[in-house]
Amino acid sequence: MSEALYQTDKNDFDQTLDLTKVRPYGDTINDGKTQLSFTLPVPAGDEAVEAAKQLMKKMGFDNPQIVYHKELAGDFTFFVCYGSFKGSVDYTSIHVPKVTSTKWDMQTTDEFIKEKIGRKIVVVGASTGTDAHTVGIDAIMNMKGFAGHFGLERYEMFETVNMGSQVANEDLIAKGIETKADALLVSQTVTQKDVHISNMVEMVEMLEAEGLRETMLIACGGPRITHELAKELGYDAGFGMNTYADDVASFLAQEIYRRLQEQ
Amino acid sequence: MQQSKLNINFDDVQLARDLANKIARSVQSFVDNYTTVSVERTLCRLVGINDTDQNGVPLPNIVVDALTSKGVVDQGALFFIGNAVIETKQTPQEIAEQIVKENIDITSYSYHTKEEIEKALQPYINQSMERIISKRTHREEQIATLGEGARPYLYVIVATGNIYEDVRQAEAAAHQGADIIAVIRTTGQSLLDYVPYGATTEGFGGTYATQENFRIMREALDKVGKEIGRFIRLCNYCSGLCMPEIAAMGALEGLDVMLNDALYGILFRDINMQRTMIDQFMSRVINGFAGVIINTGEDNYLTTADAVEEAHTVLASDFINEQLALMAGLPEEQMGLGHAFEMDPDLENGFLLELAQAQMIREIFPKAPLKYMPPTKFMSGNIFKGHLQDALFNMIGIWTSQGIQLLGMPTEAIHTPFMSDRYLSIENAKYIFNNMRNIGDEVEFKKDGIIQQRAKEVLNKTIELLRELETKGLFTALEEGIFGGVKRPKNGGKGLGGVSSKGEHYYNPFLVLMKK
Repeated sequence: MSEALYQTDKNDFDQTLDLTKVRPYGDTINDGKTQLSFTLPVPAGDEAVEAAKQLMKKMGFDNPQIVYHKELAGDFTFFVCYGSFKGSVDYTSIHVPKVTSTKWDMQTTDEFIKEKIGRKIVVVGASTGTDAHTVGIDAIMNMKGFAGHFGLERYEMFETVNMGSQVANEDLIAKGIETKADALLVSQTVTQKDVHISNMVEMVEMLEAEGLRETMLIACGGPRITHELAKELGYDAGFGMNTYADDVASFLAQEIYRRLQEQ
Repeated sequence: MQQSKLNINFDDVQLARDLANKIARSVQSFVDNYTTVSVERTLCRLVGINDTDQNGVPLPNIVVDALTSKGVVDQGALFFIGNAVIETKQTPQEIAEQIVKENIDITSYSYHTKEEIEKALQPYINQSMERIISKRTHREEQIATLGEGARPYLYVIVATGNIYEDVRQAEAAAHQGADIIAVIRTTGQSLLDYVPYGATTEGFGGTYATQENFRIMREALDKVGKEIGRFIRLCNYCSGLCMPEIAAMGALEGLDVMLNDALYGILFRDINMQRTMIDQFMSRVINGFAGVIINTGEDNYLTTADAVEEAHTVLASDFINEQLALMAGLPEEQMGLGHAFEMDPDLENGFLLELAQAQMIREIFPKAPLKYMPPTKFMSGNIFKGHLQDALFNMIGIWTSQGIQLLGMPTEAIHTPFMSDRYLSIENAKYIFNNMRNIGDEVEFKKDGIIQQRAKEVLNKTIELLRELETKGLFTALEEGIFGGVKRPKNGGKGLGGVSSKGEHYYNPFLVLMKK
């Protein structure tokens, strides 16, 4: 096992927290302790362990520890490693684009829509392209919702159409036109080889080509989606991990109201 | 009388089975009168038509499309191919090649009697039958000489998109202890109305199911099986619009396990229910004959519906799938009926409820190699907690003697498995299976405790649901969204255009030959 477990040397680094220089934390501020694992396409042995150590150093880790390794098959070895990372980031200067709406519960959103917009918001959603997963769009739209957060169907002031999975972008757009939708929701679960990116971009391009881009809000969601990515691709909002129907509903209500005010 | 650890009443189980039988018979009476373009393409394949034209269109599609455009697909491909064989003295493959060149119109030949057609096609039919039998025999011999893993079989997926990379991953998984390798299909293949051809190296989230890819992987697993002294089964996905064709290709190449469930396609791929029920029957006849274990997809209901409230829909569907499979001549020993460990991990005593359900399904289908699915819906990206969730799932798998344990991956919901993910999962399962091997023989359940009560509750709700389904019919129930909370119209979805009622000359000898 790792000699670091029994290390009695004094830590010779500054142990005061400085948010302009943040680094990983194990049990002492600024120790930089990081845990990671990877596989190398080489058979197990001293050379393999040494290769893993050298890679750790190239990744920027001091004192790399290979605490476990195991040959997975003839020519592959798996490593669990620890090391100290001495690089840092300035936490005080971080800026992450976020959906700026305030998150409300269902009742507040419904009341807001009733009072300020005065009609139901129409939303059409689908898991588009070749994506066969409905878990995301169902979590947002279906009555039951997900993890205790009711879906949009449950809201009094939302009129919803959930088109399911593997819906072509043109069909989603056509349904949006047919229902005079205020917003289109695009769910993307499969992201292997970035298949979701080209599909999502295609939809924006189609809307723009039809001159429809400004007539509807478009939002996307999925486990690998971020608001930043969504904005980059030309969407109005993106909803990633740990966001639910309430996030989407609050955003739609507030954004539609904001646009009405601007008119 | 069978003993129940759960104190369930086997008269109730029999009642449920009788109801499911009535539901299945009503579906079957519809299915018997119809065929589909994919069934006809399957028959083309089973008389030796293979390969593609210059544009990569499979010849079975070309033959069946020619019949569709003439409006005579209802008479079945073999009737016309049989006539053509008699008149031209060519083989079905040569005839298909002539259709590609537009040299012939196979509907133009004079009609022969069923006996004459049967005689003309006999050599080609026999060739496929013999090849399928030889693959089945080969499997049985390999299991007899090499041996196989103890149940539950450890089932892992490979999904690189490249069949050669898949082979590398599959070999490693077999070395680590996997018993079944499933090659996940590329996303969207279920909606293709043809089966791609040849070895493929480019797929998204999976690899194309093609006959050549089947052959490559089966050969690799034979090789690795010999090295490690254990037979390794190969699984693929016989679902979607080409369900029976893939069954035929799998049977011809010696695949061992196939996902094969019309309900899954209806609910989760929006495939038309008439089309896929007809396709399913043919595919199950083939799988039954080829000795292939089928896996059904009930576990998926719980990815959209709540696992506690909707558990009875899983059991009801298992009952119906059992009856539909029996009607296709598929024996209980080949029924990998599906269920899953999908409850919210925050639920108090969730483990007890899962245990009750898994034990209940075990007792109700004692001969079936039940397929038990790992948690997916509540896998969060926290790989450490995920590994624990999979451990609890594995405990129930060994405790209740499941047949096929689809191993959960700590990285579920992050990426298709890395080689190391698979290693960690196999290690998890092997540790628990070995350490708890006989717990099911040792531990009994408290009378009328949480576990026994749960089993009774689910069984009662299942009977209620089956009664409702029996009154309404399965198709209507699907329209109403009984399973997974997903509603599908009888005349909607993909593939309805490929359905025809069987005409007066219709001929499919395999239904009889394979069900013998």
